[in-house]
Amino acid sequence: MANNEIMTINMGPQHPSTHGVLRMVIELDGENILKIDPDIGYLHRGVEKLSEHRTYHQTLPLTDRLDYLAPMSNNLGYILAVEKLLGIEVPERAQTIRIIMTELTRLKSHLVWLACHALDIGAMTVFIYAFRERETIMETYELISGARMTSNFYRAGGLSQDVPPEFEKKVREFIATMPGYIDTYEGLLTTNPIWVKRTVGNGVISAEDATDIGITGPALRGSGVDFDLRRDIPYAGYESYKFEVPVGKECDTFDRYKVRLIEMRESCKIINQAFERLKPGPVLADSPQVCYPPKDSVYNSIEGLIHHFKIASEGYKVPEGEVYMGIEAPKGELGFYIVSDGSSKPYRMRIRPPSFVNLQAIEKMAKGSMVADLVAIIGTLDIVLGEIDR
Amino acid sequence: MGVNQSLGGNVTVTSLDKLVNWVRKSSIWPMTFGLACCAIEMMATGASHNDLDRFGIIFRASPRQSDCIIIAGTVTKKMLPVIKTVYEQMPEPKWVVAMGACACSGGIFDTYSVVQGIDEALPVDVYIPGCPPRPEALLYGLMKLQDKIMGESGSFGSVFGLGDRVSTV
Repeated sequence: MANNEIMTINMGPQHPSTHGVLRMVIELDGENILKIDPDIGYLHRGVEKLSEHRTYHQTLPLTDRLDYLAPMSNNLGYILAVEKLLGIEVPERAQTIRIIMTELTRLKSHLVWLACHALDIGAMTVFIYAFRERETIMETYELISGARMTSNFYRAGGLSQDVPPEFEKKVREFIATMPGYIDTYEGLLTTNPIWVKRTVGNGVISAEDATDIGITGPALRGSGVDFDLRRDIPYAGYESYKFEVPVGKECDTFDRYKVRLIEMRESCKIINQAFERLKPGPVLADSPQVCYPPKDSVYNSIEGLIHHFKIASEGYKVPEGEVYMGIEAPKGELGFYIVSDGSSKPYRMRIRPPSFVNLQAIEKMAKGSMVADLVAIIGTLDIVLGEIDR
Repeated sequence: MGVNQSLGGNVTVTSLDKLVNWVRKSSIWPMTFGLACCAIEMMATGASHNDLDRFGIIFRASPRQSDCIIIAGTVTKKMLPVIKTVYEQMPEPKWVVAMGACACSGGIFDTYSVVQGIDEALPVDVYIPGCPPRPEALLYGLMKLQDKIMGESGSFGSVFGLGDRVSTV
């Protein structure tokens, strides 16, 4: 091959560090990336189309499988959008448990990000440690919803059921130990010369470029833009919690790494605050048009049985209109845009996945860098193909 | 009177097939090939809590070094040719594990873009139901695969082209 020849290579969809089934067509001049073109759609499952044929209640399990690293965040975004259309009030206890679980989900998602990001760059120990902690969160998921990953726990108007008594002890114990674990990760990585060499100055994107592309979440905050939906457009009661929004300076992979680690610590603080105000009470709104009756009345009275049957077979009707609800998912702004025609099925549901928008920054970030740095850039963007392709 | 002495604990008598099977089942090297949600549970199985290494199961990044492919997730029509190519790149003998409802039957995604089960394209040895299956379920499935490998006959001869490898399970 002549010296100045440009080579086009294919990375993925079968590649251990593309975080799923992402394919990229890369034009190379030696080791340097000239152009990079992501090819998506290898996990397109038609979730948006599928939801048009399902009731609002049946659509909920589909949202679990969008960003499968953070199922409860997806549930929350979808349920808040439906609740906004219904105009329904959620009881205090349900609200608080939602906050606890959504922040645990943020921890869970960031743990997988850290594990995979570090593994891709070559630090296997962090992977093993992070998955150990993640397992506790999975057990908590299982404790309250019966499933380790696809929880399907929230309902329009509250929760599917109250949490068991041992829930509080388990989560409090975990949250008490978590900052120590985060110290361990920092001890393994922050001053590690290999980690620093691979991440400092890698994948730089300026604040202007980041906002132009529409990046959200830790990737945006790493570039110095102070924007967090939990604080700026609060939802689900976040306005009453005190937490810091970490912001980076250098706009590189290392700063995004630091931002995410601080975010994990802040999540622990939010969970502690939530436990302070967790009082006994109902977990489902008193709204018979929307919510299932208590199991006791289904088993022991004919009215309860008819009520249950009606909601299960027909689904609840949602008033006509359209709604957009954006939440701060672990990866950025997750939005649900639902158009309702007054029936019990969404007329159209459009999902705004954070990873999809964040992925578009890859060309700007990777241009001019080496192929090996691309692995770090994919890791720092924290993409999940489930929600990119939907 | 002939030889009265027993052979002792230092000698084992077995068939060559069994020996080959034992070696194969004790070092299943699956492809690192995550498709969707199940891949995360596959990673969790390989990580600290469940530790697949103790079964001799070590994930390999190249199909040319693997003898097992775990289809962990939803197979779409766009992805299917890629999976077939990867499968064809794997050297014989090779086994296929369909992990999760999507790989077994399409799962809840009965849509225009999803292949309704990987068995439409590849010969599946073990099906593991669940959405996603627990790590314990994946372990059980892999142990079933080990049982299946132990039950094969002709594994030694087929290496030299003498007869075929036949699965009896």
